[in-house]
Amino acid sequence: MTGGAAIEVEQLERAFKDVHAVNGIDLQVETGEIYGFLGPNGAGKSTTVHMLTTLLPPTAGTARVGGFDVRHEGPKVRRVIGAALQEAALDPLLTGREHLRLQMSLHNIRGEARKARSDELLERVGLTQAADRKVRTYSGGMKRRLDLALALVHRPRILFLDEPTTGLDVQSRSALWEEVARLARNEGVTVFLTTQYLEEADVLANRVGIIDKGTIVAEGTPAALKATIGRPSVEAVPLQRDHDPRVLEVLRRFGEPIASTRGVAVRLQDGLGLTDVVRGLDSAGIEVEELMLHAPTLDDVFLAKTGRLLEGASNGDQPS
Amino acid sequence: MITSPTVNQVGSLAWRSIVRQARQPAHVIPPLLFPLALLAVNSGGLHAATSLPGFPTKSFVAFALAVPFIQGALFATLNGGADLARDIQTGFLNRLALTPMRSSAVIAGHLAGVVAQGIFQTTFYLVVGLAIGVGIHAGIGGGLVILVLAALVCLGFGAFGTFVALQTGSGEATQATFPIFFVFLFISSMNMPRNLLGHTWFRIAATINPVSYLIEGFRSLVIQGWNFEALGLAFGVAIGFAVVAITLSSLAMKRRMTRT
Repeated sequence: MTGGAAIEVEQLERAFKDVHAVNGIDLQVETGEIYGFLGPNGAGKSTTVHMLTTLLPPTAGTARVGGFDVRHEGPKVRRVIGAALQEAALDPLLTGREHLRLQMSLHNIRGEARKARSDELLERVGLTQAADRKVRTYSGGMKRRLDLALALVHRPRILFLDEPTTGLDVQSRSALWEEVARLARNEGVTVFLTTQYLEEADVLANRVGIIDKGTIVAEGTPAALKATIGRPSVEAVPLQRDHDPRVLEVLRRFGEPIASTRGVAVRLQDGLGLTDVVRGLDSAGIEVEELMLHAPTLDDVFLAKTGRLLEGASNGDQPS
Repeated sequence: MITSPTVNQVGSLAWRSIVRQARQPAHVIPPLLFPLALLAVNSGGLHAATSLPGFPTKSFVAFALAVPFIQGALFATLNGGADLARDIQTGFLNRLALTPMRSSAVIAGHLAGVVAQGIFQTTFYLVVGLAIGVGIHAGIGGGLVILVLAALVCLGFGAFGTFVALQTGSGEATQATFPIFFVFLFISSMNMPRNLLGHTWFRIAATINPVSYLIEGFRSLVIQGWNFEALGLAFGVAIGFAVVAITLSSLAMKRRMTRT
């Protein structure tokens, strides 16, 4: 496939009895694009991935992946996709090389081609040295990298990664980001990546869709989404909590109040900066413990669209 | 029609199943030793039964050698079922569902591993039996038929374990079926020919219990030779159970693997 949409979704829905895990979403992912699907736990990210990878039939709506209908052309969809799902489903008793051998056999890759591809993938994900160790001895990062290698054995055009870096240390996370970026850049692989990490979506994704309670609440490039918020915000943490109203009274002069978990915050009016706020607080004789200037982030976008912060947000008992 | 790629996929899953079992000593050693330990205990305690008029052999070990074949199948089934339940819990079944494999090939691969383990165990029991002086009256051909019947029993029991694992998705629930199978084993002709059991509820239960016919089929080859009535009943029960259990497990797999 060259150009055009790799994934097209219209009014896709999935209900589990009375719970609407995914509630009529529309999205389009272009070929070679990295699409970040951002949302808190239980927002509907994994349910969407399960539908797009044919593991779960939609309740309503349509979705085409690689040009094939996920509802009626499941086997064709599976031929063009690779997926590393939320659980790194590995067998602790098999070695990394044995996993690759098994996965390739199931994809009917045999003989010399199997060995060559296996060596190539182990090298690429940095597991050559550990290839003959049982997976139960692998670290979390190694398991995730093996999971990625397994998703790539049949050279898929479209790759689904469901929270691939959850629980990983910074180093392992960076290594995985690098490999995902390389896949899209050098091999033209389309990547549909779910994450609850703002930084991950910001660093990796060409475009981001933000999902909350089964509905896409914002979509665009990270820069465009942040531009919708536009201005930076200032957050002040008073020395004493009972000074909050006084601090708010001063800060109101510089912008409109927004939610803050630690103190008082305002979105600054155009042309004003941190210096103005410092002068304002000083002239009112108010001391603060901390004063922070925040550039707009995807979390601000999430906050603006849902009224909640993404970090730590969760949609209760909904299937994720 | 079974195609070459499907055979290759089934073989790969069977290979995985065997490797998994082989790398878990707790899945290998107890199934080999416990049935033989029970055979030794029963043979020691019940040897006097061979003096009863009408008892078909003078060797209780030869009489009871059929029991480990069934117990071995039970162990293979439970270990295999627990492994499948674990695959469901960890998402490994989803990994398989994302490959071009048919769901029937997933079941076939899993059962092939169970059957291979069952044949290995049966061969071990046979070798031990021969080593301690039990002769196989039906000869080498009889030994081969024992292996075929053991494979069929493993297939049926294994498919039932697969059904339970797919229905519940729980290794604990699969293991919990073990006592049920054991009740069937104990309320059978495992320790006494049915014609020597008193006219009690136990004799009625042993007569309607299909496990009795499986044991009697194995036993006939060891102590009698070629008893086609016993073999016909044993193969009939084994095949019938396998057909029912495979049908149930296939339906359960369809429900479990909801891919489009």
